Amino acid sequence: MAMHPVLDKDVNKKIFLLGNEAIVRGALEAGLDVAAAYPGTPSSEIGNTFDKMGDDAGVYFEYSTNEKVAMEVAAAGSACNLRAMTFMKHVGLNVAADAYMTIAYTGVRGGMLMVCADDPSCHSSQNEQDNRYYARLANIPMLEPSSCSEAKEMTRLGFDLSEEIELPILLRTTTRINHMRGIVNLGPLVPGKGKGYFDKDPGRFVTIPAHARTGHINLLKRMEKAMEISENSPFNKVIDLGGDEIGIVASGAAYNYVIDYMKSNGIKGKVLKLGMSHPVPEKMCADFMASVKMVAVAEEGEPLLENDLSKIAYQRELKVKIYGKNTDHFSRRNEYSPDTIKAGLGKLLNIPVNDNKLVPRKVELPTRPPSLCPGCPHRHTYHALKKALGQKFKEAIYSTDIGCYTLGIQSPLNSADFLLCMGSSVDAAGGFSKATDQPALAFLGDSTFFHSGIHGLINAVWNEHKFVYTILDNRTTAMTGHQPNPGMGRRGGGAPSKGSDIESIVRGCGVEFVRVVDPNDIKATTQVYKEALAYDGLAVVITKRACALLEVREWKKEGSFTPYQVDQEKCKKCKVCINTFACPAIELDNEGVVSINEEYCNGCSVCVQVCPFGAIGPVNDTGVKQ
Amino acid sequence: MSQLRIVIVGVGGQGVLSAAKNIGGAALEAGHGVVMSEVHGMAQRGGVVVCNICIGDLDSSLIGNGEADVILSFEPIEAYRALNLANKDTIIITNTAPVIPVTASIGEMKYPDLDDIFSAIGEVNSNLIKVAATELAKEAGTALAANTVMLGALAATGKMPVSADDLKKYMLSKVPPKTVEMNGKAFDMGVNACNTGKC
Repeated sequence: MAMHPVLDKDVNKKIFLLGNEAIVRGALEAGLDVAAAYPGTPSSEIGNTFDKMGDDAGVYFEYSTNEKVAMEVAAAGSACNLRAMTFMKHVGLNVAADAYMTIAYTGVRGGMLMVCADDPSCHSSQNEQDNRYYARLANIPMLEPSSCSEAKEMTRLGFDLSEEIELPILLRTTTRINHMRGIVNLGPLVPGKGKGYFDKDPGRFVTIPAHARTGHINLLKRMEKAMEISENSPFNKVIDLGGDEIGIVASGAAYNYVIDYMKSNGIKGKVLKLGMSHPVPEKMCADFMASVKMVAVAEEGEPLLENDLSKIAYQRELKVKIYGKNTDHFSRRNEYSPDTIKAGLGKLLNIPVNDNKLVPRKVELPTRPPSLCPGCPHRHTYHALKKALGQKFKEAIYSTDIGCYTLGIQSPLNSADFLLCMGSSVDAAGGFSKATDQPALAFLGDSTFFHSGIHGLINAVWNEHKFVYTILDNRTTAMTGHQPNPGMGRRGGGAPSKGSDIESIVRGCGVEFVRVVDPNDIKATTQVYKEALAYDGLAVVITKRACALLEVREWKKEGSFTPYQVDQEKCKKCKVCINTFACPAIELDNEGVVSINEEYCNGCSVCVQVCPFGAIGPVNDTGVKQ
Repeated sequence: MSQLRIVIVGVGGQGVLSAAKNIGGAALEAGHGVVMSEVHGMAQRGGVVVCNICIGDLDSSLIGNGEADVILSFEPIEAYRALNLANKDTIIITNTAPVIPVTASIGEMKYPDLDDIFSAIGEVNSNLIKVAATELAKEAGTALAANTVMLGALAATGKMPVSADDLKKYMLSKVPPKTVEMNGKAFDMGVNACNTGKC
């Protein structure tokens, strides 16, 4: 097999890498030894890259069951004097926060990097939380790249920095940086040490209260050192475009839009780019503010730098006015774009926003929300359950979870009523079952079950909650890009592993009603749900069927794939397939003719079971429609 | 150095990402600065996918309102949806084959008349190029190659800082070996469609 491009040995070669791949490259140029993560967009391709490289990377990589586990695995690596990293999406740090807060107290031995990918605009997430607060909360130094080449360099040098300060480094990215593709100049790959050795030091690593109090003192001392480093960091720099009319402080992706805006409008001024943005280099910021007539702050998310600068200006009695979110020039919401900067700085500098954009006459367009794929077994699960519920569908509470199956929220399935975070489905369904007499239903996928669906299950058994708990086992972690999970027989990096069996876990937790059913069999699944809904207790239904995208890939490989079609003579145009099932491959034209788009059909054949008139069948062997 | 901003829009699964990677990769190989934004994750499940490619001396990976030099749309109504990124000089190339969203196929919303879409675009921009990319791709061997047809159409506009031959060569070096012939054919069909059409 060809070597992964991230492993290119050609030093000084310029290659085109995704931000997430650049982070992996940076770690491999720093002698990384241990990497552990749970997938989460926008960080997912970091793990995917390690997974694809397998043993070629010379790194111990694992997909862990959740972010907290991953962080603790990496922390142990660092305690053995190895360089270690963990990476997660922003909300993943909420899961890992318990460990995260205290690793700051123990400090690190081998350099430790925690990559945390925020998602302003909620492209793939349930909130827009600004994880720069976490750096301040824990007193952990933070780096924020603006480009792919910086993502690589900050990762590489972040390990050095971590060892110098003896603290983990938070590499905070946003979706735009993770999913930016740019030019990266390759440095030499540095092999790791392989195995480390854990020198015992309970006074440091066993955080009983007496030790923790000392740990806190050490942490504060280490942050003093971090402040000195930040004041002189090459990642914090002033770009002088001539003139002192305005000084703009910017970080992350916002910096890119600022610098391009300044250049294209010929604005004279200075930009302070903060790449090491915690601790904020106070003296550097004060000098910068003193050198310009006014200051603007361009940062996505909360006004953190802006508030820091206000504090710094106040303490040093600087009279400079600071513009940003507190003055309504910028928003706390959504990711920024060139338009955000154009509007904010334009308002401040009295430059009209002249963007020549087209304003066509209005034509109503249908929305195009993401939806369950053609052939998706989740659609079949929801369809069968809806049949079993009958009239009770309206009052039943669908407590859903994080994964593809959340897309069941779309009409006509309407199978999502409540969602907070990973694992909330089962926990909240238990609550609903006590708080109301409406039928309570929980839904989560196989990977989410292993991540955070088990403690809720034990809780439900213990407290005698009564609800139907569906585990949609599609044999993968689909939404984030088909990563392996403990139920699949392989580990991250490709090695086989026995893993854990969901049904055995459920039974082991003490559940008495457990059924495993293939959701592509609508009749059988409907019957299982009828029994589950009638059961007086906690009923667990495991709907087990591989993700359609994986299944169809296999079928095409072995040449057994057949798309389906509608026999127009038998079709009564009743639209049951459209109105209740809504597979995206089934189309309805303006004359009411129903047909299956062969390009999109994944050949699952379940629509054959849905059609009341037997009008759907496989396309015949010659591929010619009847 | 001159700058070129290209927006590619389409629907998850249409190969927007690989087309964008080919454009960016070919530009880099020709010695240009490139930065682009991709879409990964939830939007790929049948949602709208937008990729931005910024060639030249630029740091921003996103394209602002009215800033696009080219809009390459793999689906006709998505070209209309992206018009805020275009100005009157923007070259807009669109595939004419609709991908009906579920919201329309279940009758919740209506998929508009395409002639109306094209005339609405034509009223504000006179550089619309329509390519029957999906049909041509089927002729070349598979509808999946529609993104390659679109790449050929883009190359034929002469807007790219790399020649059509170089873009084709780069693209062919990235596709699976057994699809080289088919993709080469699809690319040429895109070039021809564009040459015999508007541009």
